[in-house]
Amino acid sequence: MGKYIAKRAGYMLITLFIIATFSFILMKLLPGSPLTAEQKVTAAQRAIIEAKYGLDQPILIQYFKYIGNLVQGDLGVSFQLKNQPVTSILMAGVPVSAQLGIWALFIGTFFGMLLGLLASIKHNTIFDYGANIVSVLGISIPSFIFAGLLQYFVGVKWGLLPIAFWGTPEQMIMPIISLSIFPMAISSRFLRTEMIEVLGSDYMVTAKAKGVSNFALIFKHALRNALIPLITVMGPMAVSLMTGTLVIEQIFSVPGLGEQFTRGVLTNDYSIIMGTTLFFAFFFILVILIIDLLYGIVDPRIRLAGGDD
Amino acid sequence: MSNEPNKDLFVMAKDREDTSEKINRPSLTFWQDSWMRLRKNKGALFGMIVLILIVLMAIFGPIFSSHGLDDQDLSLSRMPPKVQGLENFSWLGLDGKNRETFEADTIELAEQRALARFQQPDTEFIEAEVKQEPNNETGELAVVEYAFDKYAAQGVDEYFWFGTDTLGRDLFTRVWLGTRISLLIALVAAFIDMLVGVAYGGISAYFGGRTDTIMQRIIEVLIGIPNLVVVILMIMILDPGIVAIIIALTITGWTGMARIVRGQVLKLKGQEFVLASRTLGASHTRILTKHLIPNTIGLIIINAMFTIPNAIFFEAFLSFIGLGLQAPDTSLGTLINDGFKALQVNPYIMIFPAIVMSLIMIGFNILADGLRDALDPKMRE
Amino acid sequence: MENILEVKNLHVSFDTYGGEVQAVRGVSFDLKKGETLAIVGESGSGKSVTTRALAKLIPSPPGRIKEGEILFEGKDLATLSEREMQKIRGKDISTIFQDPMTSLNPTMKIGTQVMEGLLKHNKISKKEARKRTLELLELVGLPEPEKRIDQYPHQFSGGQRQRIVIAIALACGPKILIADEPTTALDVTIQAQILELMKDIQKKVDSSIIFITHDLGVVANVADRVAVMYAGKIVEIGTADEIFYNPKHPYTWGLLGSMPTLDNEEESLIAIPGSPPDMLNPPIGDAFATRNEYAMEIDFVEQPPMFKVSDTHYAATWLLHEHAPKVEPPLAVQSRMKDNLHANVPEERKKEGDRS
Ligand SMILES: Nc1ncnc2c1ncn2[C@@H]1O[C@H](COP(=O)(O)OP(=O)(O)OP(=O)(O)O)[C@@H](O)[C@H]1O
Ligand SMILES: [Mg+2]
Repeated sequence: MGKYIAKRAGYMLITLFIIATFSFILMKLLPGSPLTAEQKVTAAQRAIIEAKYGLDQPILIQYFKYIGNLVQGDLGVSFQLKNQPVTSILMAGVPVSAQLGIWALFIGTFFGMLLGLLASIKHNTIFDYGANIVSVLGISIPSFIFAGLLQYFVGVKWGLLPIAFWGTPEQMIMPIISLSIFPMAISSRFLRTEMIEVLGSDYMVTAKAKGVSNFALIFKHALRNALIPLITVMGPMAVSLMTGTLVIEQIFSVPGLGEQFTRGVLTNDYSIIMGTTLFFAFFFILVILIIDLLYGIVDPRIRLAGGDD
Repeated sequence: MSNEPNKDLFVMAKDREDTSEKINRPSLTFWQDSWMRLRKNKGALFGMIVLILIVLMAIFGPIFSSHGLDDQDLSLSRMPPKVQGLENFSWLGLDGKNRETFEADTIELAEQRALARFQQPDTEFIEAEVKQEPNNETGELAVVEYAFDKYAAQGVDEYFWFGTDTLGRDLFTRVWLGTRISLLIALVAAFIDMLVGVAYGGISAYFGGRTDTIMQRIIEVLIGIPNLVVVILMIMILDPGIVAIIIALTITGWTGMARIVRGQVLKLKGQEFVLASRTLGASHTRILTKHLIPNTIGLIIINAMFTIPNAIFFEAFLSFIGLGLQAPDTSLGTLINDGFKALQVNPYIMIFPAIVMSLIMIGFNILADGLRDALDPKMRE
Repeated sequence: MENILEVKNLHVSFDTYGGEVQAVRGVSFDLKKGETLAIVGESGSGKSVTTRALAKLIPSPPGRIKEGEILFEGKDLATLSEREMQKIRGKDISTIFQDPMTSLNPTMKIGTQVMEGLLKHNKISKKEARKRTLELLELVGLPEPEKRIDQYPHQFSGGQRQRIVIAIALACGPKILIADEPTTALDVTIQAQILELMKDIQKKVDSSIIFITHDLGVVANVADRVAVMYAGKIVEIGTADEIFYNPKHPYTWGLLGSMPTLDNEEESLIAIPGSPPDMLNPPIGDAFATRNEYAMEIDFVEQPPMFKVSDTHYAATWLLHEHAPKVEPPLAVQSRMKDNLHANVPEERKKEGDRS
């Protein structure tokens, strides 16, 4: 197990390193970025930047400094918002995005699992078909379209909920629902498929032959076995939540990471864009690592096998 | 069976043809069998029909409409959708009227607000429907729905089936144009993914050993990089445009395909027919192209089918974060994004491209699901 | 001896896309207290479906018990509700399945799996149940039970897992133990150990066993009586001696002919030609007729009833009818029936009460 963690963590570091290097080169290449020479900044700002990055030094030294700064969590300064460190700008958005993402994840998987469980128990009934249609729609239709429909009908036409900003529970409902559709659909579909397979397996017959009641069959025997593979969809879910927050935050004017990012794009604030991108990369890779480890903890079969792929 | 059986029957039977070993079903080729199974899957069939219709519309749709592709006419901006023959079904919202509900203390006040909203001097082109009379005692407000006939007010005789956008361009034409671009981007991206993925995965698995190890290590690193990050970084280097988006989508998109192909080829490699043709002296390329790839084709098609909606989604996503196609290029993503800006007053600008996009996504997803069941019985539920 | 189970005219079908698969078509037999009844027959003949139907473990849908009675201590199980069946399963009727690798829940400690039945059917505390479980694991010969009770199935070998499955089945001292090919998935030495274990345990707990196997050597070793199944029916049933030394049904001859023996190696084995019929459309007459070199015209027209050979021995073949010509089993089979075949000609050739 220890060897396995080390191996995964090794890959994680290599990947991060490549992304960081890539973004360093980009910063050097892009016109108007704070690290290029021909830029229209004030002398004072230039002095700060030059002191920080040592622009007079050879490029290799600059590169190592850049990486060194990254390791310490220093992502440079914003190019547009004068002198503000990127890290602190991002950190202002993170709690809001995290709040949105975690609620969406929690609500989505909860209802998704409920739906998937019922569908598998009522396999091949109208209810099952209905649940199937719901999950196909939820997986196919992008979250921004749900967001648009919600915003128009619930917000504008019926005037039930506020259509923008973040803070009060009313403001949070629509963004969270829009973002939770995908996790709901995918966990529902996945749990249903897994449950149907588990319910038909030999050990379920063994359990039934012991005289175990139907309730215990499902909740004590089947559910745990069906839930374990659900970990594999956590990767796609994390991705969908990340891309989702970017657009959903923009649509509902939620002041999170996504909004910082889009503002960065609109104002050509490259250091913000790079900072957010690196942050996303780090987050994603961390999630993948956690999923891998979780797999090992939850499933006793993998736990002792040492988890070799 | 109460009566004794016939005595004459107790004689040894003549040799009969043993039919027990005959297979009753006609033997089908792999593709015939798959097609039969696909046809039984109503969802997949529905998806296929929807997709065919949408592709046809993307190709021929703009021709049906009498409006030019990029005709701008600011006097015709924001015309609501109006379709011949559907004008009398107001609930469809295709009667060329803007409908809005106003609440005020009195009906007169509501009317004033409606006139202000529609920028009209009088109610000549406005129909009113009182939903609730005002009541001073209970404090109930007047609720009135006004329907403004913009076509009549501006003396427009044409029909804009999906309405017009803020610049007065015909949305019907633009939606199918955008569909064309979105599909193009997705198909090309899926195709490139397929080429690169099949080549990489095939070579990696077929040669095995060191080659395989090195190639797999590279993939493991690439897979760790989130798609989102790659796409954003690539778009930043390249100027936004169709080519840039395709490159951004494919630069790491092929890894999934490569993994699947590698897995399948590894499995097939050990099987006897490959060993047989190897002993017969077949060359590497021959074995790869004649034996291994054809036996992997099902998986490749399924995977490509899932790639397409993903690419369409990412293209639209890029429009949302400001990294998508730039005007005058248009795609479903840019149309929906533009629609958002006018969502409060003219929801149809967003709704039509959103419906088309949803249909494409649903179509590809259920067709891909159906194909997976049809082409690979082992993967069935 | 007293009958603990009587099965009468059992029919089980599966409703599939292709139509109704008639897996079991009128099976009748009884099981006496303390005896071991072996069921043999080719793959797909309906052995598993028959025995699963006894504890109503047929997945439904698609399966259903179409007709028939399953009388256990006078109660007809076929008519009991699911809730009432839960009280019988594991307590009175237990089942051991073929594949120990898949028949244990991979994410549950084996101790918990054994205890579950104990707690369900007895009013005992967790602590007592755990103590009983340790005894059971000891009984089935699992080494170091205290250490292993909290481990998961993947930490055990196939033979050990089958011992655990047996412990689960024995937990509540069932009156009937159904073993569906309990040793097929195991290697030969482990097979022998598991068989010894089952014989031992049967002596201790005095339960009746229904034993399904393809291995006639195992049958000879464990069975008191043998039922031969073909295409969803019992075609011959009798004591082990009667089936081995005086078989009457050509299908039984075929089975015996295809059994390897140690003492006559030089003889080649005779495989039964052809394959079993499609249970979607079972044939009109005797299902075995097309593969039977002794088939008569009547076999293609009408299904044979059960003919009585002795009080304990019945066979469903027209060859036992008074009008039938006399035929001898093939030589290979005759040489296996070590006793003199002709000493055992059935005294009465009268038709037994016709049930079908
Ligand atoms: N769930 C099911 N759905 C449809 N048909 C089934 C199902 N289970 C069993 N059958 C059919 O019932 C018939 C009898 O199967 P059964 O499992 O009892 O055979 P068996 O004698 O136990 O064979 P084996 O020796 O291989 O275990 C077979 O034709 C099989 O196809
Ligand atoms: Mg069986």
